Amino acid sequence: MISIFQNYGGALLYGLGQTLLCSIIALVFALIIGSGFAILEVVPNKFFRVIAKIYIEVFRNIPLLVITMFFYVVIPMYIVEISGFVSGTIGLILYSSAFIAETVRSGIQSVDPGQMEGARSTGLSFWQSMRYIVLPQAFRYVIPPLGNQFINLVKNSSVLAFVAGFDLMYQGNVIASDSLQSMSTYLCVGILYLILTLPLSYYMRYLEKKLA
Amino acid sequence: MKKLFSKIGLLVALTVMVVSLGACSSSASKKNVLKDDQQTKTITWGVKADTKLFGLMDVRDNQIKGFEIDLAKAMTKQILGKDGKARFIQVTSQTRMPLLRNGNIDAIMATMTITPERAKQVDFSRSYFDAGQAILVKNGSPIKNVRDLNKKGAVVLGVVGSNSVQNIGKFAPKAKVLQLSDYSQALTALKSGQGDALTTDNGILYGMSIENPGYSVVGGTFTNEPYGIAVDKGQAPLRNAMNSALTKVENSGQYNKLLYKWFHKVKGFDFKGAER
Repeated sequence: MISIFQNYGGALLYGLGQTLLCSIIALVFALIIGSGFAILEVVPNKFFRVIAKIYIEVFRNIPLLVITMFFYVVIPMYIVEISGFVSGTIGLILYSSAFIAETVRSGIQSVDPGQMEGARSTGLSFWQSMRYIVLPQAFRYVIPPLGNQFINLVKNSSVLAFVAGFDLMYQGNVIASDSLQSMSTYLCVGILYLILTLPLSYYMRYLEKKLA
Repeated sequence: MKKLFSKIGLLVALTVMVVSLGACSSSASKKNVLKDDQQTKTITWGVKADTKLFGLMDVRDNQIKGFEIDLAKAMTKQILGKDGKARFIQVTSQTRMPLLRNGNIDAIMATMTITPERAKQVDFSRSYFDAGQAILVKNGSPIKNVRDLNKKGAVVLGVVGSNSVQNIGKFAPKAKVLQLSDYSQALTALKSGQGDALTTDNGILYGMSIENPGYSVVGGTFTNEPYGIAVDKGQAPLRNAMNSALTKVENSGQYNKLLYKWFHKVKGFDFKGAER
C-alpha cells in the first residue's frame, strides 16, 4: 500500500483534487436547485407543484450513470462538446438535487402550519414568510438527512470514472491495472475518500449540535 | 461499558475481515490446478465478454462467443479428453489478475498481451494470436496514422488497463489519453466525438469496424502484441499442458478453421501471417 502511494502519489492526489472540485461544485448547485424545487413543491400554485414533482421524480428514479452517460454521449453528438468531467458533474447535480429537494420539502412540511399562518397574519407575503419564518426552521430539521445526501454526493462522484473524468476512482482503476495490485490500490482509494467524507460528516454533526 | 464492548466488537470484525482477505490471496497458490481440473473434468477460463470476434456476450442466449471461446473449448478437449468441459467467467482488464490469483479462474484467455511486467505476476503460455496495435477513426478523418495524433489537442480513446494506452505515450506523447471502462464505451465515446481516434489491438478494432461501417482501421499496426494464456505462478504443469494442447490444436488444422470462421469477413485481415 505504501508503495502505491510512493509510485502513484501524484496521480492519486490529482484524482483527489478532481473529486473534491466536482463535489464542491455539485454540492453548491444541487443545494440551490434542490431547495428551489422543494419550495416549488409547496407553493399554492398547482402548476409549479406539478413541474417540481416531474423534475424530482424523473431525476430521482433514473440511475446516476444513465443521466451522466446521456450528457457524455448524446449532448456532444447534437448540441455542444462537453468533457467527461463536465457531464459527470452535471449528472451529479441533477441527480443529487432531486434527493435534496425531497429532503428539504420534508423539512418545510414538518414546520407547524401555524407558523406560516401566523407569519401571513402579521402581514408578511408568502415569500417573505417562507424566507424569514419557515425555511430557517426547516433547514434546522433537515441537517441530519442533508448531511447524508452530501456524503452520498461525494461518493457518487465516482461516476466520473466511467466518463474519463480523471477523478479518484478513475485514477484508482488506472493504477490498479498498471500496478496489478488491485487490492492495495482500492484500499488507498477508500482511505482517500474517507479523508473527504469524514470531515464533512463531522462538520454536519457539529452544525446539528450548534443549531438544534 | 456498552461502548467499550461495541468498540471491541468492531475491532474483532475488522480483524476477521482483513485476515480473511489476506487468506484469499495466499491459499490458491498451493494446490495443483491441473490435477483439480482433471478430477472435476472442468477448466474455468477467464474470458472477455465485450470484445467482438474474440469474446462477446450474445444477449439473446446468454452465451459468450468468439475466437478465444472456441479455441478454449478445443484446448479443454485436448487437455481433459472428450468429456472435458470449459466453463467461462467474464473478466475485464482490471479483474482478471485478482480472479486468477484467488482461484476463481484457472486460466486467462482474454486478449492479454505477453509483457515482461505481467510475466512477473503470472506465467504465460506461448502466444496463440499475434496482434498489433492500430487506430480506428471516422471515415474521412484527417488522421491517417499514429504520428498524426502526436500534436497538442489530439484526444485518443483507450480502455483502462490495456497495454495500448501506455504505448500511445511512446508513439504520440503529445496526445491526451482518455481511458474508458470497456470497448463498447470507448466506441460510444468515439462516435459522440469525445476523441479523435480509438486505439487498441487491430483484431479488436476490426471487430468494431465490421459493426460500424462509418469507421475504419488506418495506418496499420505499430506494435507487436502477442496474446498469451496466463496461469497463476507455480502452476507449471497446467502451463505445459496448455502449450502442448495449443500445439495439437494448431497441427490438426483446427486452429486455422477457427481463424477462418471468425476473421473471414474482416477486410484486410492477413490470413497468411496469422495461420499456423
